[in-house]
Amino acid sequence: MQQDKYALKLYDFAYEAANTCVQCGYCLPACPTYESMGKESQSPRGRINLVKMAAEGKIDIQKDLAEPIDLCLGCRACEVACPVNVPYGEIYEAAKEVITMQQQDKELVKNSSGRVKMQNRVLNQLFPSNKRLRTLGNLTWIYQRIGMYRLVQKSKIINKISEPMGQFEKILPKLESPFERYKFGQVFPPKATKKMTVAFFPGCIMDAVMSRVNRLTIELLQCVGCEVVIPKQQNCCGALHTHQGFIKKATELAKANIEAFESSAAEYFVNNAGGCGAMLREYDKLFKNEPEWKERAKAFVNKTKDITEVLVELGPLPLKKEWNGIITYQDSCHLRNVQGVMNEPRYLLRSIPGATYVEMEESDRCCASGGIYNLLHFEESMKILDKKMEKAKHTNAKTIVTTNPGCLLQMRLGVERSNLQHEVEAVHIVEVLAETCGIN
Amino acid sequence: MEQEQLYKLMQSIFPEKRILTDLADRYSYSFDASFGEYLPDIVVQPSNKEEISKVIKLANEYKIPVYPRGSATSLSGGSLAVKGGIVLDMSQYKKKLIIDRENLLAIVSPSVITADIHKQAENVGLFYPSDPSSSHVSTIGGNLLENSSGPKGLKYGTTKEYVIGLEVVTPTGEIIRTGGKTVKNVTGYDLTRLIVGSEGTLGVVTEAILRLIPKPQARKTLLASFNRLIDSGHAITNILSAGILPSAMELMDNACIRAVENYEPSGLPIDAEAIVIIEIDGHMAAIEEEIKKCEEICRLHHAIEIKVATNEKERDSIWKARKMVSPAITQMGPTKISEDATVPRSQIPKMMEKLYEIREKYELNLVVFGHAGDGNLHPNIITDQRNKEEMKRVEDAVSEIFEAAVELGGTLSGEHGIGTLKAPYMEMELGKDGLLMMKKIKEAWDPNDILNPGKIFPQPGQSKVVLS
Ligand SMILES: Cc1cc2nc3c(=O)[nH]c(=O)nc-3n(C[C@H](O)[C@H](O)[C@H](O)COP(=O)(O)OP(=O)(O)OC[C@H]3O[C@@H](n4cnc5c(N)ncnc54)[C@H](O)[C@@H]3O)c2cc1C
Ligand code: SF4
Ligand code: SF4
Repeated sequence: MQQDKYALKLYDFAYEAANTCVQCGYCLPACPTYESMGKESQSPRGRINLVKMAAEGKIDIQKDLAEPIDLCLGCRACEVACPVNVPYGEIYEAAKEVITMQQQDKELVKNSSGRVKMQNRVLNQLFPSNKRLRTLGNLTWIYQRIGMYRLVQKSKIINKISEPMGQFEKILPKLESPFERYKFGQVFPPKATKKMTVAFFPGCIMDAVMSRVNRLTIELLQCVGCEVVIPKQQNCCGALHTHQGFIKKATELAKANIEAFESSAAEYFVNNAGGCGAMLREYDKLFKNEPEWKERAKAFVNKTKDITEVLVELGPLPLKKEWNGIITYQDSCHLRNVQGVMNEPRYLLRSIPGATYVEMEESDRCCASGGIYNLLHFEESMKILDKKMEKAKHTNAKTIVTTNPGCLLQMRLGVERSNLQHEVEAVHIVEVLAETCGIN
Repeated sequence: MEQEQLYKLMQSIFPEKRILTDLADRYSYSFDASFGEYLPDIVVQPSNKEEISKVIKLANEYKIPVYPRGSATSLSGGSLAVKGGIVLDMSQYKKKLIIDRENLLAIVSPSVITADIHKQAENVGLFYPSDPSSSHVSTIGGNLLENSSGPKGLKYGTTKEYVIGLEVVTPTGEIIRTGGKTVKNVTGYDLTRLIVGSEGTLGVVTEAILRLIPKPQARKTLLASFNRLIDSGHAITNILSAGILPSAMELMDNACIRAVENYEPSGLPIDAEAIVIIEIDGHMAAIEEEIKKCEEICRLHHAIEIKVATNEKERDSIWKARKMVSPAITQMGPTKISEDATVPRSQIPKMMEKLYEIREKYELNLVVFGHAGDGNLHPNIITDQRNKEEMKRVEDAVSEIFEAAVELGGTLSGEHGIGTLKAPYMEMELGKDGLLMMKKIKEAWDPNDILNPGKIFPQPGQSKVVLS
């Protein structure tokens, strides 16, 4: 096969990196999709090899490469397992980008599935806009308030339309009213001796549907002596765009965010969502060919912190109330594998009075939420999730703690699917900490 | 045969989901951790022995090659589909791992990952000593067929010392058992030993009975560095002749030390010509005494620095240096040709000398490390497959490495097997008649040359590996 223009692009973007793989297979045991699907094309080693084959023009990008890449969770556990530091994340994103680029070509779009079109619209119009997302969030709030959701759930209308949508509808958190919300541009004073000024990144999904967790995050930061600024002009972090291959859009969003946070003059830029945080921490990789932006991005990256890191560094938290029962923790892949944060959340959870912390077996393994993987590949995702729930059950935990909105929703879904909704709850780490600090 | 026809044949045996025909899937089974890429026509994932027997019978009928494959971590090209045909992916075979504590045995199916056997055995105070560096990825099936070993080979030997019984599907599709559950067994020919290490050319292993031993109570580890390679060689041989049998004795040359330090600085002496890691295991009192003696001997042979680990953390950091070698040297270039020529241990200094001559002569990036205690060296050439001119020099260098090993009374392979990469040199070590005897066995077992063809035996007229 001849190398067409897209294969050449792939060669440019990813061949060097893919070629550093020595095919030792050390990453295979780390990969959840290899475990659940049982074939090499759904393993890191296999995927890297396929990228190489596509770049060499031996296989077709759309026909042969797109599916294996699409079925990757992007959890990057393979990267941590690799003894020679193959940059899987870069290879994966390059592949996504080229696949999308080719699909964006007019002709292909015309013939592409409804799914691809819908995905494009959602990513380009809805996510970059916090305002639009907030509106959606508020509508959901109204919908929940007037109790319509009960009716809908009862009639199983949604289930008839689409099983995944139906399942997700059940697990959406109860939203806070629009009146309780913090505002962009607001500044919150410290509630203890002031230690530093931090800027908070509310995120887009977190902001729209989990604004309570955001509000509690701000309060916890205040408790450990932070003045908290919410920069006015911030955007979606761009993670979803990157994972779907819209690198240009992601770069635009990154520039806007860097500018917004720079002007806050804060010492740390804090976020509470593993996935967003990982994206923010890799902003410098977006600017390979823009040296000036690369510098600015690097400075941004160095200041970016996960909430748990800041709480441990500036703590201790004023823990007052007890929390009953066993707590277990499910790592956010992006927090653990990309940001390298694994001890801080555990440290915080172990310090909660009254509770017993039990480590879940394979807590470092992806729960298969993976951005919007669980929507796009429902069945594959549920297979992995159900296995995860078995491990969660073994801990006898009453509380499953996560640090990322996607994982949180996924764990809630897992609890529902295994009929544990009356015994077990899944919460964001910030919710447990706030509760024990007497914040509500 | 047309792929469609092949697919139909396989459909009579396997459920659809375990027959892979997509180009992406076929490419995903076209490589291993060695070198070379061969596209199979189809991949099947058997889950029981009956399915395997049926595939092989069909394969004999239609003369289609079949290649068993575990985790494809082979460094000699063991599972590559060099003549097209069917890849038999054993990694999805039904997993069985039973520890029989009373009889000190493990009964396992081939798809079990070796590290899981280690874990389960150690949980009940037992020990399965075979420990290739790849043990957390490679399957026990692959280990058996390659006769793998690792640092512990010095004291505990290779995989074959621990296999006492097998269940095998023969190259003509019969299901047989060899050996059994008894440690002593002298009934007839020892087919178990013949199959172990046969690199998937004499049968597909579907179950194995492994011997376990009591877990050593304790261990101690020492790292010594030497200004001169020759001194390290003398230290090694003198420790052994003093009646001490360490569980491991690992050697790294200066190029490795530098590579590791470049990759992840850990305070290794970068001017030393060699470092040696020595580990002793056994009874607490005995190891204390033995490690002291090792220290003395190293000092006597001009070791410039000796470190004995006082706790697990220090032990880990010593071993980390050794484990970093492979990743560290891959930073020097994208293509790594990893050899495992082995010489009698007294010849290690001579072999090292030869290797450095070869490095100079062909101007190659050649580093040496390995299991010095048992003479199993790993000369590694780091190069770039795309550099055709250099690859030619690599080919010649590889030939000379094997010549040197055989001349010193050694062998082509200590643990990685022959596969495709060393087949051309077989006659050099075994002689015409020696090789012919092996060939006769293969022909008797596999008259149609169905199982893993193109491995171990050279193609007519082939006398050198062709890499470019
Ligand atoms: C980084 C790295 C480090 C390594 N370290 C060591 C080491 O320290 N010591 C060592 O000895 N090796 C080492 N190896 C080599 C390799 O891991 C071993 O040869 C291992 O035993 C291969 O196991 P596998 O499951 O990957 O088998 P594969 O590579 O898939 O197959 C190996 C051979 O076994 C055959 N085979 C596999 N399963 C079966 C079966 N059920 N029935 C019949 N034939 C079968 C195949 O046809 C092939 O010939 C290393 C490899 C790597 C990449
Ligand atoms: S562990 Fe790294 S080098 Fe090994 S196969 Fe996986 S990606 Fe490649
Ligand atoms: S990112 Fe996760 S799912 Fe994707 S190949 Fe790596 S380990 Fe597997």
